[in-house]
Amino acid sequence: MGAGHTHALYVHEHSAVHRMAPPAKLVAALGMVVSIAVTPREAVWAFGIYAFAIGVIAVFSRIRLRFIAVRLLAVAPFVLFALFIPFIATGETIEVIGIDVSVAGLWGAWNVLIKAVLGASVSILLTATTEIADIIRGLGVLRVPAIFISIATFMIRYLELVSDELSRMRIAMTARGYDPKWISQTRPIASSAGALFVRSYERGERIHSAMVSRGFTGEMPALQHRIIAPSEWMAVLVVIVGFAGTASTALVLT
Amino acid sequence: MSASVHIHGVEFAYPDGKKALNGVDLEIGPGERVAVLGPNGAGKTTLALHLNGILEPSGGSITVGGLPVVETNYAEIRRMVGLVFQDPNDQLFMPSVREDVGFGPANLGISGEELAKRVDTALDIVGGGEFADRPPHHLSGGEKRRAALATVLSMTPDVLVFDEPSSGLDPAGRRDLIETLAGLPMTQLIITHDLPLALELCDRSVIMNQGRVVADDATRGLLRNDDLLAANSLELPYGFDHV
Amino acid sequence: MVLGMHAPDGFLNAGTAMVTGIISLVVIGSALRQSRLQLKDRAIPLAGITAAFVFAAQMFNFPVAAGTTGHLLGGALAAILLGPSLGAIVVTIVVVVQAFVFADGGLTALGLNVLNMAIIPAYGGYAVFRILRRLSPRSSGGVVGSTGIAAWATVVMAAFAFSIEWLFGATAPVSFDTVFAAMVGVHTMIGLGEGVITALAVGAVLVSRSDLVYGAADLERAQLVESKVGTRPFVIGGVLVALVFATVVSQFAVDNPDGLERVAEDTGFIESAEDHSLADFIFADYATAGISNEALSLAIAGIMGTVVTLLVAAGLFMGMRETRGRDPATV
Repeated sequence: MGAGHTHALYVHEHSAVHRMAPPAKLVAALGMVVSIAVTPREAVWAFGIYAFAIGVIAVFSRIRLRFIAVRLLAVAPFVLFALFIPFIATGETIEVIGIDVSVAGLWGAWNVLIKAVLGASVSILLTATTEIADIIRGLGVLRVPAIFISIATFMIRYLELVSDELSRMRIAMTARGYDPKWISQTRPIASSAGALFVRSYERGERIHSAMVSRGFTGEMPALQHRIIAPSEWMAVLVVIVGFAGTASTALVLT
Repeated sequence: MSASVHIHGVEFAYPDGKKALNGVDLEIGPGERVAVLGPNGAGKTTLALHLNGILEPSGGSITVGGLPVVETNYAEIRRMVGLVFQDPNDQLFMPSVREDVGFGPANLGISGEELAKRVDTALDIVGGGEFADRPPHHLSGGEKRRAALATVLSMTPDVLVFDEPSSGLDPAGRRDLIETLAGLPMTQLIITHDLPLALELCDRSVIMNQGRVVADDATRGLLRNDDLLAANSLELPYGFDHV
Repeated sequence: MVLGMHAPDGFLNAGTAMVTGIISLVVIGSALRQSRLQLKDRAIPLAGITAAFVFAAQMFNFPVAAGTTGHLLGGALAAILLGPSLGAIVVTIVVVVQAFVFADGGLTALGLNVLNMAIIPAYGGYAVFRILRRLSPRSSGGVVGSTGIAAWATVVMAAFAFSIEWLFGATAPVSFDTVFAAMVGVHTMIGLGEGVITALAVGAVLVSRSDLVYGAADLERAQLVESKVGTRPFVIGGVLVALVFATVVSQFAVDNPDGLERVAEDTGFIESAEDHSLADFIFADYATAGISNEALSLAIAGIMGTVVTLLVAAGLFMGMRETRGRDPATV
């Protein structure tokens, strides 16, 4: 699991996609990944269409392809697994540069690879054009339970603070010569994790006091949402119809 | 608008039995600014948390502006008493400062234009227009303190309670804070280790130690009393000879 | 750590993605209700900040051996410190946010990832923890020891679950056997890291604020004796247990294929060695093709699946019963 999680993927630009309402972008993204996931792997042409469409959206978002490619490295472990498949899979084989590889295995590898890459590209575009708080609020508009949204919002707010506390603890330990190589030496690291939990929990209690002090009784105040223009929904519709249509055609033809 | 604060014989013990307040008596008139001094562990923060019902006393009573601080009145008490916490991070929990400042009034049922007006007014008082739309973790220490103050000002309180407001501030930030506080009409209770700040802002100070008020006098008089200061583990800043 | 990686889109077939999605939705819905009951109005700030803690803890690099490092799953840690429902919620939020905000894990694989990384470790791990607590001394040492083994078990359970999900939803012709052997074999050892770190972390919390450990709420002051649980004996003990476990399972499978098959038939799991029509219908062809001994493999899948499901169900039940009955000490 990469350590790059807190590095927000948001790219500050002024593009049409950036300006689009987050709930609309979420719906479009979901439509796209579902279509990609259900498309039969033999319909290679369909994946070509998807890739092209994603490229077009990337242009409209002013996101460079290199940016997406770098972020795609996150799916590298599964790419590696996919590359293994033709060698460990069963079924009839063909010879490729002197090695017997499974035909079905090659198809299986292709399936995993193309869907992982395209699906991740959609996610990367979404996060590159939408700020974190807006994504979470957008999920709330799409009827994800309010308590879920509130908890997630708090998590994002305090993530940097908690991570910083953790880093400071590690730095302090390293400064005193701590350089563990084996699991039997990890007591200090684990203890610092325990200490971090206690500190975080106590902060949570203080935050609760601050909330109660300002009249909180259990329900977060309702937020006002920006109205989504019909033109934005049109764009979403076009994208979804395009993707879903391609997927359905592929399903029927295969 | 400002209100009086009456604290009579307040006692409080933590769940593990430790007695934090041993009979605190304190009367503060409307519009007064009183500094609360004393060593760590004296019960200053514990007392502050009683003023808006976060903690409930095991003995004694508290009244704010004539209203007893009991559960049935908590909603109004929490509008009247604005508590500014020691760590502004604990108080800035919304995705943006603007939403944080709006949190209090929203809980009071205020919305729409009225809410926006309240938020803008509070931000103006602390000079927060420049950082209002930023997420709180992108603010500097001084900006966070100002934002935290705005979050309680938007509820138009009658009493303000500050817990170590100047700690961690650079001289410029500290100066801004003193000027802001000096310009606010509400009754103010300022818990602080910053004795010069207490002298500058508060005509009157109380010293707390071991859960009770051990001295209550004009600030100048208290700070001149070397024996009293020493007995309560207080010390004037080096070179601060003339009070 | 392989299972720390979030599955991408299209890794398992659509049917499996949907079913795991529905299971996750239902379970998390129930968990949300439990958490609300448990924490009342403190739910939002406490859950939020502990979610931040879990997120940060998952980024933790801890050394395993000679330069290699590992990362925490955190499900057992969350469940033992916060209780199974809140623990499941917190890790779920981490997984969901990672998918939507950090593009980590496919959006269509969310149900799968939540099931494997949040639900099974939190609920299943909590059930194992409670069972072990009943068998261990009522002291801090007992809590820490049970925690370590339960945390190890969550990694193994998640590996089982993944293999069974592959059985239903494989999209490439790699047989269930191969996946099972690789996943469970590797994760039996990887789980040791999770066990050691989780146990030590819970031990640290017990020392400073024992009231914050949900799993130790039943202990009185006198029983919270500060015990110096050394790391080395624990690691050695853990390795031995893991080796024994792996050996027993494989030996049993190799030496008594007929015995296992007979058990499977007696319990009605497999009607007969020849009749696979139902199996063909629900299992993915890819996962069943190429299995050396089909009946045996499916029997293993059946038994393992049943065990994991029972543990998760037990955890769910415990979570609900405890919220209703107990007097929440802190939470």
